[in-house]
Amino acid sequence: MTTKVQMPVADADKTDRRDATSSGVSPALVLVAGWLVPGAGHALLGKWVRAALLMASIVGMFAIGIALAGKVYTFNTGEPLDMLGFAGDLGSGLLYLLARLLGWGQAPVLVAVADYGTKFIVVAGLLNIIAAVDAHSLASGRKQS
Amino acid sequence: MSLSHFSAVLLFSLFTSIVFGITQRAEPKTMVRFGALCFALFVVGTVAASWVMWLIKP
Repeated sequence: MTTKVQMPVADADKTDRRDATSSGVSPALVLVAGWLVPGAGHALLGKWVRAALLMASIVGMFAIGIALAGKVYTFNTGEPLDMLGFAGDLGSGLLYLLARLLGWGQAPVLVAVADYGTKFIVVAGLLNIIAAVDAHSLASGRKQS
Repeated sequence: MSLSHFSAVLLFSLFTSIVFGITQRAEPKTMVRFGALCFALFVVGTVAASWVMWLIKP
């Protein structure tokens, strides 16, 4: 005779999430990798097409922003919009570090197209954060596929 | 590098829509559909806002 033990709902939910995490990669590692290198979080999970598209989009946007002579924000405690711009730029991870090391985006913004470039750089950072959080959700099982 | 204002809109919309499509939907088919919707809304919304600004200018 076999008896079937019914699992409590909370435990069943945890098991489902564990099953969904088939990659076995730590969600925290996926989050940090996705932040540092655009698309790396999805690549760690084996989602290569998504990783390539995310990388092309975010790096492309950042590169166009730099090419348009957009501004790369530095740490500041002045205008609130400047502080938010710095927070957005930080989202690009190693791309931001590279830009600071190579002195990109330090010229003053004089034309409208350069202001567009500034926005491209900030939005690239914000999109990278969204992508890293999405990879974390996939790794933790909160997002199914 | 020099871009026209409209080509800047197109590039911004394209890249942003790709990321939105991938991150906000779970299935490839719905990702493409949502990405296309975002792209269309970005472009149409920007052109519409431009016309509104032109109409209300002093």
